[in-house]
Amino acid sequence: MDPNTSKVKEEKPRQHVLSKRLDRVFGELFNIYAFIVRFFKEAFLPPYEGGEIIKQCYEIGVKSLPLVSLTGFIIGIVFTNQSRVSLAEFGGTSWLPALISVAIVRALAPLVTAIIAAGKVGSQIGAELGSMKVTEQIDAMEVSATNPFRFLVVTRILATTFMIPALMMYMVFIALMGGYVSVHQHEQTSFTTYFIQVFNAVTFLDVFSSLIKSFLFGFTIGVVGCYKGYHSSKGTQGVGKAANTSVVMAMFLIFIEELLSLQIITALR
Amino acid sequence: MKKVTSPINKNQQVITIRGLRKSFDEFDILRGVDLDLFQGENLVVLGRSGTGKSVLIKIISGLLKPDTGQVNVLGCDMNLITPKELNALRLKIGFSFQNSALYDSMTIRENLEFPLARNRRDLSQKEMDRTIEMVLEAVGLSQSINQMPAELSGGQRKRIGIARTLILRPEIMLYDEPTAGLDPITSIEINKLINEVQERFNTSSIIITHDLTCARDTGDRIVMLLDGQFQRQGTFAEVFDTDDERVKAFYNYNFTD
Repeated sequence: MDPNTSKVKEEKPRQHVLSKRLDRVFGELFNIYAFIVRFFKEAFLPPYEGGEIIKQCYEIGVKSLPLVSLTGFIIGIVFTNQSRVSLAEFGGTSWLPALISVAIVRALAPLVTAIIAAGKVGSQIGAELGSMKVTEQIDAMEVSATNPFRFLVVTRILATTFMIPALMMYMVFIALMGGYVSVHQHEQTSFTTYFIQVFNAVTFLDVFSSLIKSFLFGFTIGVVGCYKGYHSSKGTQGVGKAANTSVVMAMFLIFIEELLSLQIITALR
Repeated sequence: MKKVTSPINKNQQVITIRGLRKSFDEFDILRGVDLDLFQGENLVVLGRSGTGKSVLIKIISGLLKPDTGQVNVLGCDMNLITPKELNALRLKIGFSFQNSALYDSMTIRENLEFPLARNRRDLSQKEMDRTIEMVLEAVGLSQSINQMPAELSGGQRKRIGIARTLILRPEIMLYDEPTAGLDPITSIEINKLINEVQERFNTSSIIITHDLTCARDTGDRIVMLLDGQFQRQGTFAEVFDTDDERVKAFYNYNFTD
């Protein structure tokens, strides 16, 4: 056999697969872009689904409180205990409240809240909309002259966008309380002294940038969960895939956004 | 054979379809379909699974766009219709889905209230409650008002699905496989309900099915979809009075096996 011929035969399908994959990636990116544009168009047009937004805020925000509380409190205690070891070597354990507060407000609370929400809320949205799609509930809404995008997608994206920052602020408080329990136990620091040091260490930019980040994380979780669920393929496998990819993709995007926002905030400082 | 339940106005077409074609990827599903639905008529579309019966009613309800051909529903050209006009048209079309498509997270009352609250903002809560009671009574399930869809049987879910479409008092009813997955007794009850709906609400209906008992009991006229086109048309007896092996096989499978 001519070696050149066999080489051409081997290369041809590989090119084909690559171009197919690129097509799929760019096609998906374009679809997500179109989905976001549609969200902004629909979000500002009446009729507004106020009742459904409140219901979703309850589902996403209030029902995540136990998980956020537990995680936040444990993170506060563990982070304080681990930091004490290093600070004790320099005799700097009195800096613990300042260290904890900066770490929690700037990085830990926004990131951990977003990851918890991506796992709990993102998968829930992906699976819920996916199963609605599979069982034709979305079509049923459409034929009864109700805009399913506005009722299902806009409400959920708005709810995640506003609830994740609220959960983040709640986690800051809980994690600081966890830190206080540890500091009080080991250093006998009073509640007032602890919080005076906390508030002295944290700046307006720290809180503001974390809030902005959380809005972005919440928006990302909502968009990804809704997009994957709303466009899930038919069958129960499609629902599972929608839930799974919602979590994976949202977490991936959250880490990229965290990295980018860190660069921007560092430059602003 | 179906008893005559309401007069059919042969001069007034509520749906007119000419040369309708629809394909998915390389598969030609509908290959030039022509169809008329007359005022007050129950039209049954028969055909095997995968022949494009559901695609046809999804095009009529605006869920899918035709590739080519004319689709005219209650005077609206589906190729030229604006989103606002489509929404107004959908209030006049009831679509009963194969799997009922009830909203899982809502009670039966909320399922029925959902289209009403969004499209009939002029109604008071009292009037809405009365309308809900009326349609539930029409499908014989008044006692299920506070149940969740998961607590109902397949036949009950179908009935609630039909009640939800009736709540906006549509002029056209589209039934997608109304008896699929139901036992013979429940199927007969659903067939009866389809005829009662036609009589009581004066609707014109398209019933998609491959169940010949359903076709015989509900259809004023029957069309048979084969190879993407309507091959046979007429009453139940006329459609099956043929030497076409494909049509005979369909009949034999349903009634003699």
